Amino acid sequence: MNLLAVDMAFIIEKLILIAIVVFASLGIALYTTFGERKVAAILQDRPGPNRAGPFGLLQPLADGLKLIMKEEIIPTASSKWLFILGPGLAMTASLMTCAVIPWGSAVEVFGRKVELQIADVNIGILYVFAVVSMGVYGIMIGGWASNNKFSLMSALRAASQAISYELAMGLALIALLMSTGTLSLKTIVEQQVAGHWWNVVYQPLGFLIFFITAMAECNRTPFDLPEAENELNFGYHQEYSSMKLGFYLFAEYINMIMSSAIMASMYFGGYDLPFFNESSVAPNIAALIGVGTLLIKIVLFIFLFMWIRWTIPRFRYDQLMNLGWKTMIPLALFNMLLTGALILSKL
Amino acid sequence: MSTLQILFFALSAFAIISAIMVLVSKNPIHSVLWLILVFFAISGHYILLNAQFLAIVNIIVYAGAIMVLFLFVIMLMNVKKDKEPQKQLFVKLIGVITGGSFLTLLVAIVKQTVQIDGKQVMMKEGTIGLIHPLGKVLFSDYVVPFEISSVLFLSAMVGAVIIGKK
Repeated sequence: MNLLAVDMAFIIEKLILIAIVVFASLGIALYTTFGERKVAAILQDRPGPNRAGPFGLLQPLADGLKLIMKEEIIPTASSKWLFILGPGLAMTASLMTCAVIPWGSAVEVFGRKVELQIADVNIGILYVFAVVSMGVYGIMIGGWASNNKFSLMSALRAASQAISYELAMGLALIALLMSTGTLSLKTIVEQQVAGHWWNVVYQPLGFLIFFITAMAECNRTPFDLPEAENELNFGYHQEYSSMKLGFYLFAEYINMIMSSAIMASMYFGGYDLPFFNESSVAPNIAALIGVGTLLIKIVLFIFLFMWIRWTIPRFRYDQLMNLGWKTMIPLALFNMLLTGALILSKL
Repeated sequence: MSTLQILFFALSAFAIISAIMVLVSKNPIHSVLWLILVFFAISGHYILLNAQFLAIVNIIVYAGAIMVLFLFVIMLMNVKKDKEPQKQLFVKLIGVITGGSFLTLLVAIVKQTVQIDGKQVMMKEGTIGLIHPLGKVLFSDYVVPFEISSVLFLSAMVGAVIIGKK
């Protein structure tokens, strides 16, 4: 391989890392669907899925099997390629985010120092932002290609919702970037590991805005207007069946995991275990503890998402837009101003 | 050929083919989708030139925001090819002549420019497209135009909120 002067060991290392991260996210997403049903059951005072396997633990496998076995239907009036492209794009965009999340500190395998992060690019947060803005295409293309009025309507809702809340999300991020001074997620986490406080202490309002906008970007209740059943039948995936529908539903859960990971990394210290000195144990064990800590934080955020979903009813569409444009954006601008003033006063 | 050259030619072919597809596609939605691919290819070129910040901003602003609006408008208007009136031959001819003369102009300019003669693009070199040097330049040498445009953008955003309130 003289033609392409690249380090093969480096490529193999990254490929293994990508495979692990992608399959782990898919596995967690599988059990997030189970968790969602269980949390809903507990909040509604009923047992929930409990037939397949002990405590119903095999339920997600049964669900997946059911989705795969269903008949694949492509409506004759749809544009076929775009109809297939839609769910694929939704899935790709939601999985792409995991590339810049630092899952832990470095480990040593066979004498090689392996960073537990697929790519530490110096524009990490902007990359996440770009992928988030790509995510809406999966929904828009799928909704349009279905050639169904309800699907199109919900795709347009999804797009306008995403555009409105992206703005507030970006403004909330700018305030965080002003206080950290870097765009690299790895550096942001390392600053929090080394410093006394997590970023949420410096940016409480920014975190709140980011959390609400993340919920809107994931189309989670109370922001699940694009799939409001009682107005739009089933939303943008009305015409979809079998695994293509499964991809859309799955992409939502992966989005939830990724936004939880990003919130944990940016505002809650990432893989930092509080009141614990990482240098007191071997680096590999410290990295494992870090990964475990990040996973626990992710699970807590996912639980919060679910708790909100089964507690708060859906917004009306005008309320959604009012919240986005008249509350979130002015609040985010105020937060930016406040952060700037505080940074100036410290200088 | 080095890896960089292979990537460069692959990306260029990708960009040109997508750009042709933008023009050839009968359906406006397909055109917009091909245009998004063009922006991605151009972002790939930026990355080859070591301008990661420009690449990602290109994706966020053009592919992520402006193209969503394009798609949005076309979907809302529900443009269909059978409803679109066929253009007359005369109008088509005018279009061909204008486009052709513009192409000739561009080629002539590129050919007459002495500065780029015999020079190669520096790939994977230079730092001006990275965020730190770019930020330094924007906030020192070009601070006045930068601030003016920021105020313009902010006022546009506030204006959108005000219009929405009515």
